[in-house]
Amino acid sequence: MVKSVTSLGRSGLHDWMIQRVSAVVLAVYIVYLAVFIFSTPHLQFSVWHNLFERTGFKVFSLIALTALCFHAWIGLWVISTDYLKPLAIRMVFQVLVIISCIALILWGAQIFWSV
Amino acid sequence: MQFSIYRYDPDTDKKPYMKDYELEIETGSDMMLLDALILLKAQDAGISFRRSCREGVCGSDGVNVNGKNALACITPLSSLKGKKITVRPLPGLPVIRDLVVDMTQFYRQYEKIRPYLINNDEQPVREHLQTPQDREKLDGLYECILCACCSTACPSFWWNPDKFIGPSGLLQAYRFIIDSRDTETESRLDDLDDAYSLFRCRGIMNCVSVCPKGLNPTQAIGHIRSMLLNRGL
Repeated sequence: MVKSVTSLGRSGLHDWMIQRVSAVVLAVYIVYLAVFIFSTPHLQFSVWHNLFERTGFKVFSLIALTALCFHAWIGLWVISTDYLKPLAIRMVFQVLVIISCIALILWGAQIFWSV
Repeated sequence: MQFSIYRYDPDTDKKPYMKDYELEIETGSDMMLLDALILLKAQDAGISFRRSCREGVCGSDGVNVNGKNALACITPLSSLKGKKITVRPLPGLPVIRDLVVDMTQFYRQYEKIRPYLINNDEQPVREHLQTPQDREKLDGLYECILCACCSTACPSFWWNPDKFIGPSGLLQAYRFIIDSRDTETESRLDDLDDAYSLFRCRGIMNCVSVCPKGLNPTQAIGHIRSMLLNRGL
């Protein structure tokens, strides 16, 4: 059993599960957006505004953004533990990724609810 | 036939180098790579490699041939493509000399999975019996000869040989997890449920492609993952 402090999940299985569930959420969001874009003949600001104005879509967008950040946290953590061997560089990289992910979720929430 | 062999003697060489050799082989005849290496050793007594049973059972002569790990004793020269056959030591492990690698990291991972039956139940009078169906579950697992061809072909093992158990160790872990006579299934699963030991497997499947015994460590890893999932949901 190897202990890790900067990984997102509590265990290997937890990380594995989050990565797969977040991938499904992202796929659904991307397909939804793609269908919306290609089925709307005149994609203007007002159409975008109407879409993002709905509370349901705000929540959906925030969940997708959170899924993206969680997915990136786990993925970049794995890459850093594979390729970044010096402890200081690895730690700085991992902390930056974590802070960026949290910041992106908060910033995204603020943007979605400002519409 | 031409050979290019990895040479390194830490006592005399500053760094490893490839040395070319030529071997006369009768037209129409074939031999195993190990036989060719033994003939080359007769030419140059300094070439070092491990070998023992010469029939794919002991797992001593794992080498990297033309970029792919294999057991020299069961690799016919006729199966190797190219004008020159390149033989290197197994990748990812420290080289002791020429084709001989230090297997300590590999064995350390093997040791971690507790490769022996643990049964805390009351001891039976004669022996622990197993149904033919339960015995069948060990097929494709117990045959592993620990040659390290799979683990040293795995990029995840190259990057984290101290933390990732590796395909060979995980195949063996599943061999004991699934054994009906073992009572430590839960603690064995606990030991593997971190971000490295098992979950560093990214399904690259080099292990399956190189295993000289035709085993499937990726499938065994998948089974362990399913057991962890069953337990965790």
